Amino acid sequence: MHEMSLCEGMRTVIEDQARAHDVAKITRVRVEIGRFAGVEIKALHFAFDVVMRGSVAEGAELVTVDLPGRALCYDCMKEVEIADRLDPCPTCGGGKLMPQGGDEMRIKDLEVA
Amino acid sequence: MCTVCGCSEGETKVHAPAHDHPSHGHSHDHSHGHGHHHHYGHGLAGVDVPGMSQDRLIEIETDILSKNDAYARANRAALAAREIFALNLVSSPGSGKTTLLCKTIEALGDQPLGVIEGDQQTQNDADRIRATGAPAVQVNTGKGCHLDGHMVGHAMEHLDLPRGAMLFIENVGNLVCPAAFDLGEDGKVAILSVTEGEDKPLKYPDMFTAARLAILNKIDLAPHCDVDLDLYEANLRRVNPGIEILRVSARTGAGMETWVAWLRRHLADKAAPQAAQ
Repeated sequence: MHEMSLCEGMRTVIEDQARAHDVAKITRVRVEIGRFAGVEIKALHFAFDVVMRGSVAEGAELVTVDLPGRALCYDCMKEVEIADRLDPCPTCGGGKLMPQGGDEMRIKDLEVA
Repeated sequence: MCTVCGCSEGETKVHAPAHDHPSHGHSHDHSHGHGHHHHYGHGLAGVDVPGMSQDRLIEIETDILSKNDAYARANRAALAAREIFALNLVSSPGSGKTTLLCKTIEALGDQPLGVIEGDQQTQNDADRIRATGAPAVQVNTGKGCHLDGHMVGHAMEHLDLPRGAMLFIENVGNLVCPAAFDLGEDGKVAILSVTEGEDKPLKYPDMFTAARLAILNKIDLAPHCDVDLDLYEANLRRVNPGIEILRVSARTGAGMETWVAWLRRHLADKAAPQAAQ
């Protein structure tokens, strides 16, 4: 969706952290992205390389960790795991599912040189 | 460059009603809090990352949009302090958001309110709102595809709304990105015109999942374009079983009474949160 904006958000967080920890170079950034976060991982990698230029994380490796999508089924009222946003309930086949998680976009940790 | 929050405005411009040159106020109290905790690697017990040397790992667990969320929290607190009911209006371009807003403002009569208009370019929408007599601030996002918490915080300062007012934030016409950016509003209202196709909620589920109310707009056109309004509603409920739905035509006024009553009820609830429970 807006992978460039997300990377700009990441750059701000990374630069704040680098300053707080007096770090000059970040070599790897690990992020957790939920299935329903609407993030295109390929586009995120592309934008990451562009946006991090001139920052402490220039040339850093971006590692993405996929988090599952969870939803509450309004038919059987169970919380289930689904791979795709429009999948039916794996338990009862119902079609009314409200996401309960899987929209995470979180920087987990930074590896420093 | 903003001296308080350090923001570089880039292509974003705020057009306030009092002076129509790009302006940027700074009297508000920005939240720059870092709610997350951070510490160097926990050592063997805490982290186990193959290929990563633990003494060189900074564990931060910070949401990528944490900065936006901090601005949104500050906006939400400022709105709550004045019991202002704020809605974030989201839709595709051309769904009739601005017309709906103009008619809503007329129908609300002397209810104090303000409008923040988000578009990539032009002040056209703010001009249309001001023509109704309501104060409006135009935010031009330049290349940006959504409003964010920071832009809305600045725009709110310009509006300086009284206690008990309503605030309408008309987001950039886009069914994708605005879903992820909290502005501090009480709720998102998704406007969907009947000419857009019944499967729109299935194509762009995130936005309709994030919305608490969907307005099916331009229902006066339904007989002319072979649309199934019940199918629209079924698809909306498929992606968001809890969503409220109103059928409206801003042009003919159909359904406007219910929409205005919905607004007044939620404004009253905001002023008396105990009574609402």
